[in-house]
Amino acid sequence: MAITYTSGEQVEVYRFSWPATLGIPLAALVLQAFLPIWLPFVRIFDLPLLVLIGFATARRNPLAGLVTGGLIGILQDALTHQPIGLYGISKTVVGFGASSLGIKLDVENAGARFLLTIFFYVIHEVVYFMIARGMVGLQMAWSWPRELLSGVANAALGVVIFILLDRVKQRT
Amino acid sequence: MDVLGRYRNLIVLVGVLFAQVLGLAVQVRRTTDNEPTRLIRIWAVGAVTPLEKALVWTRTSSRNLWHNYFYLRGVRAENRDLKAQIERMSLEQVRMSQDADQARRLQALLAFKEQFISQTMAAQVIGSSGSELSRSVYIDKGEHDGIKPDMAVITADGVVGKVLHVYRSTSLVLLIDDQTSGVGAILDKTRLQGILRGTPSGEVVLEKVMSDEAVPAGEQVLTSGGDGVYPKGLLVGRVTKVSPGSELFLNIRVHPAADLSRLEEVLVVTKIDEKQAEPDPTSAARAVDILAERLPGVPSKPEGAEKNGVPSTAAPGAAATTTGAIPADVPAKVTPTSPGPDAKPPKPLAPQASASGSAPPAGHPAAHPANKATASAADASKVSPKPVKSTVQPKLQPAVEDRPH
Repeated sequence: MAITYTSGEQVEVYRFSWPATLGIPLAALVLQAFLPIWLPFVRIFDLPLLVLIGFATARRNPLAGLVTGGLIGILQDALTHQPIGLYGISKTVVGFGASSLGIKLDVENAGARFLLTIFFYVIHEVVYFMIARGMVGLQMAWSWPRELLSGVANAALGVVIFILLDRVKQRT
Repeated sequence: MDVLGRYRNLIVLVGVLFAQVLGLAVQVRRTTDNEPTRLIRIWAVGAVTPLEKALVWTRTSSRNLWHNYFYLRGVRAENRDLKAQIERMSLEQVRMSQDADQARRLQALLAFKEQFISQTMAAQVIGSSGSELSRSVYIDKGEHDGIKPDMAVITADGVVGKVLHVYRSTSLVLLIDDQTSGVGAILDKTRLQGILRGTPSGEVVLEKVMSDEAVPAGEQVLTSGGDGVYPKGLLVGRVTKVSPGSELFLNIRVHPAADLSRLEEVLVVTKIDEKQAEPDPTSAARAVDILAERLPGVPSKPEGAEKNGVPSTAAPGAAATTTGAIPADVPAKVTPTSPGPDAKPPKPLAPQASASGSAPPAGHPAAHPANKATASAADASKVSPKPVKSTVQPKLQPAVEDRPH
């Protein structure tokens, strides 16, 4: 497991085809909404977040990352009955952060991706919690054990998803 | 310019975040129940739900193919019909059971509206919101099928939730375990009323029941009908735990009767009939008949008795009962007779029995100040078609209640 600092020239920058750019996040949103009605435990996963981290770290472009994060988040918000922007803001922050960190770190190996996913999952939850509680006034309880456990579960699934994303990404 | 170019990414980030925060603030400020559905929601639902429907259709078709053609075709079909029949009968049973209870309690009440589910529409659950903080599901029926916001959604097991947003061919159903939902509920035996709400962790609690009330675990929780969304008498769940809560109220945890985590098919209540209960016109006369049989007749006042200061021989209570119990329109039913030598004293009647118009018993929801603001209690307070003297009423009531229904 190695997270090494690299210069901007050393890192590989990838892109995704349009069908993949549109289809993969949409598939993640559909599965996120569809699977819990058959498999309730799937609720602990955040598939759109994992796809976002995968896209952001591969593209290594902060602007593309925050736009992708914002759009995925807003679509995710639109499927709920809560105000639009809760997931939008959280995922904008994560998209920007993951892209920015992708420039600095080598995140090509599974261990680095695992830790990175846990880190960004917790960041996502913290931002979501603060906005939901502070701005929207939702009643929420923060639990570190639960968040860390969910982070580990998401990171484990994320490693698999990143391997699948590696197959569709294209070198620029 | 160099500075702007150097911090371009950060500036864009701050701008995007600011725009979203601003949009969120506007939504939070403007959120109302009758707010029109936002375009972004329509687009998102339009993009996602067709794929969900396709997945559900594929799954259902493959399952049906296996079950109906390769695996015990006849038995499966019969089983499906029987399940449908059980669902219909369960609904019927709930309605009839509630009807019977209601009839016993409210027999003499006027202007009491009974609600019946007269029309439902079966719908398939095709997806969820995908968020822990938004406990809601999508169904495959929408505006084109006649679904409207605030329609109740149920299963044969119990209440599921209500329709929140309606799209062209789908609808969003808010589940009762969501923290923004609220169901007017009543406890089956104790008749205490409260509000059923979800918690952030997905539990369901019954709120606004005063802490000095005794609520046993295992008691059924039904819809009270007071919220105007759910028909009265539907099973919501059972009490699992009762503990002292904050302020003056109990913390009552309820286990939903319907399995909200595994919903496949639901029923949307598309039509509720309200029936005006009609009072039994013979009840007053019959009560008087029975009372007249139990009590000794009121003797005629001897001429000149009052004049001489001699009190009447009839017991004061009996006289009061007779005068108070006889409605103005049935005086001929009670024929005062002189007490014979073998006349028996009047049979004691339970004084604690409550009657229409009198104060409700301690356990009754209407008796509690916190539980008065509900439809049933409000209707109950309008009762008493023919007011009678309060001193008499408790004695009349047992005769009425003894009658077989």
